[in-house]
Amino acid sequence: MQRFVPLIIIVALFGLFFFMLRPDRDPNDIANVKLGKPAPLFSLPALSNPNQTITQDTLKAGRPTIVNFFASWCLPCRAEHENLVKLANEHNMRLVGIAYKDAPQASAQFLQELGNPFDLVAIDQSGDIGIEFGITGVPESYLVDGDGRIRYHFRGPIIGPNLEDQVLPEIEKLKQ
Amino acid sequence: MTPIFKAIALLGLIIGMQSPVFGQADAPLEDALLEAKARALMEEIRCVVCQNQSIVDSNAEIASDLRRIVRARVQAGETPEAIKAFLVERYGDWVLLKPPLNTGTIILWASPFLFILVAGFILISYRKNQTKAVIAEPLSDEEAKTLEKLLSEENDQEPKA
Repeated sequence: MQRFVPLIIIVALFGLFFFMLRPDRDPNDIANVKLGKPAPLFSLPALSNPNQTITQDTLKAGRPTIVNFFASWCLPCRAEHENLVKLANEHNMRLVGIAYKDAPQASAQFLQELGNPFDLVAIDQSGDIGIEFGITGVPESYLVDGDGRIRYHFRGPIIGPNLEDQVLPEIEKLKQ
Repeated sequence: MTPIFKAIALLGLIIGMQSPVFGQADAPLEDALLEAKARALMEEIRCVVCQNQSIVDSNAEIASDLRRIVRARVQAGETPEAIKAFLVERYGDWVLLKPPLNTGTIILWASPFLFILVAGFILISYRKNQTKAVIAEPLSDEEAKTLEKLLSEENDQEPKA
């Protein structure tokens, strides 16, 4: 038995290495610490009317909401926009946009050009609320449940099959 | 349509995720002592975009924002621990380049010692086995006789075979 110990250790290590190298594991994908927690507090001016304030209370809508950080200068945001419009129109999802470090008129222009899937758009010109949410760049999307808790986080653009394969299943899960 | 979109998106990921259209001045603090304090702290904070750089070394837009936050908080007299706690609350322990010792990381920190312990145990048990094996007692008279008999029998048989 004793003589097999080194062999067992080597085999176990190989098993561990292959497990960690499996193709569907992305070591860069760091889980967002906000998952399961209430969305951070914020108070931002609305794009449609700068005198109006949008706070975290808008996320306690009684039904799921997607919070999407975007900017007119961000090319991937442009690429994912089609899918956001689809979410709003075909899947009847409520979307709240946060214009991240963007000039308000540029954000407005962006939405006019590509269509506006958002129920509300808030302006985060300093980027501080982005940090409150723990974003690493734009675009990023958060799925928030009816009580204002973050349930899912998608980093990067929701392009092509990402919508059907990853985002819609998470929305379905929330509905159950 | 889709491949083109993918190409655009990929290109965008490369330049877009950190495109500093709305960048803010990355000015050092006026007080050199506070600036040194802030920089020392920044060395310990991971850039959340590039992942293996500290925010001092990173050109990413978010890193610049984090530098601004660190400087503002150092200026306001917050302790490094409080500033780290602020960042950890938003980005997790992962934002610190040196992982803290807590219940989530105890295995990480203890693993080198565990490996040494396990290796030590294996080494000791091997040594014990080796020393046990060798020493043989001399044969008793009876055993010697039996052995002799067996050997002579074998010798008798050999020529026939």
